[in-house]
Amino acid sequence: MITALRRFYFFAIGLFLALPLIVVAGVSVNAKQTLAFPPQGFSLGWYGEIFLNPEWRSALIASVILATTSAALAVLIALPLAWFLWRRIAPWANIFQVLGIAPFTLPPVITALGLLTFWATTGFYGQPWTAVIGHAIFFVTLPLVTLSLGFSSIDRSFVEAAATMGASDRTIFRTVILPLILPYLVSGYAFAFVLSLNEYIVAYMTVGFTLETLPIKIFNALRYGYTPTMASVTILFVATAAIIFSLVAKFGDLPKLLGAMATDDK
Amino acid sequence: MKREAPQSIADYGPLFFPAGMLLVFFVVPFGTMIAVSFFQRQQGGFYTPAFVFSNYERFLSAFFGGVLGFSLMLAVTVAVCCVVLALPFTYLLSKLPRRLQVIWLVALLSVLSLSEVIIGFAWSTLFSRTAGITNILVQLGLMKQAVALSPSFGAVLTGMVYQALPYTVLVLYPALVRLDPTLMEAARTLGSSPVRAFFNVLVPALRNTIMATLIMVFIFALGSYLLPQILGRPQHWTLSVLITDQAIYQSNMPFAAAMAVFLVLVTLGLVALTLLIGRKGEKA
Repeated sequence: MITALRRFYFFAIGLFLALPLIVVAGVSVNAKQTLAFPPQGFSLGWYGEIFLNPEWRSALIASVILATTSAALAVLIALPLAWFLWRRIAPWANIFQVLGIAPFTLPPVITALGLLTFWATTGFYGQPWTAVIGHAIFFVTLPLVTLSLGFSSIDRSFVEAAATMGASDRTIFRTVILPLILPYLVSGYAFAFVLSLNEYIVAYMTVGFTLETLPIKIFNALRYGYTPTMASVTILFVATAAIIFSLVAKFGDLPKLLGAMATDDK
Repeated sequence: MKREAPQSIADYGPLFFPAGMLLVFFVVPFGTMIAVSFFQRQQGGFYTPAFVFSNYERFLSAFFGGVLGFSLMLAVTVAVCCVVLALPFTYLLSKLPRRLQVIWLVALLSVLSLSEVIIGFAWSTLFSRTAGITNILVQLGLMKQAVALSPSFGAVLTGMVYQALPYTVLVLYPALVRLDPTLMEAARTLGSSPVRAFFNVLVPALRNTIMATLIMVFIFALGSYLLPQILGRPQHWTLSVLITDQAIYQSNMPFAAAMAVFLVLVTLGLVALTLLIGRKGEKA
């Protein structure tokens, strides 16, 4: 009885999470430009459209460039900060940890509006590179959290051993620390990348009128006319996220990254 | 290597770039926004430096009172729905074999990372007349005719619960994985049914976690800015939607900034409350 109930509960939550995506997947293979489910006919043409239609393709390229660069910048900000907080005793420096986590904790519209007023005041409003900085600041929390976790799991005696043998700080960082935190660095980058790919409000408020990312493109299409390409892009996004997170799970310890104890702790 | 206090300026080196970036591109914009919230609006989308409270005074109108009340009510409803659904789910999830747990976590993260635009689009499709869920019900013979279920309050609520549910599960997950398994075993040994043990032992033991999660999901839901627009009618718009609307379409930056400052104050108050609850929980 209880087992059946448990199975049903998992099924119900799974269905709730999957249902909209199933319908969108169905819509995305409609043969004609109609919003119909179950699909009428079958065509993968709308997936081709993402790459062939110049408007969608340029939105895709803009999104990918934005996500790749902003996630890299986020890691560049997070890595030295997390390293410093682990290496040194400087309680006041924790304020920067708080600042790194704040943009992600506050409602996104606040970061977006702050950046909008800032770029408008400094005269750079609308420049495509401002979105890279915006996303890097907005998502710096993710590499910061994964890297802090990575540093806290390093056995300090390794580092001490290296220091005793005469290795400089720089050598220790390169040969001991970096290999140990690499999985955390990669997963932090992956989280920031996927979220940047999906981000709408910060991009919209800072570069919405000059640069069209995929989420902005989908929103505009939602307002000004339906096309099944929106559905195929959605499925492409879900698949990308699922693949990237599966890879993170395969090469890292996902439950641990999400705050649970590592397997060997149990 | 022992942790040691920085000895020279050079030891602070690694801090320069991150600190600079965060100060220039987060703290300064934040300050700019606060400053703009006191500025005077000029017709035509510009504003002039001033120090006026008129942007804040506009809150006192019945319209904004209504929007604020609705935003808070909506976020509370979303938070309660999510925690009620997620608590048993996360508990069951933490009992699954590790491999299955990882599969669920990947699925939850994939849904969580979805853009609000995409969630809005997916649910508006599901609630539409031509491609929606009512078509399935018609085919099953449960309904006579397909109908559109959005825009409506129910649609906004469903969309926002969908958006916040994976977040809720991931917030609850660490606490439930670390939960002492002997607690439930003891209850079971003493003859309590699993459902009873869940409500009489687990829920009270997790009281602080549940409160903290409710507040975190509440803040998360407060930030939703597109779903009320896509799935609801104008009377379902929240403070976040209004801020976007004032900033972009009405070009009234000072007023948008004032509302944003207000939203920050509400959020910070709640974060402080979460920390307080967390600290109390550690002591207990």
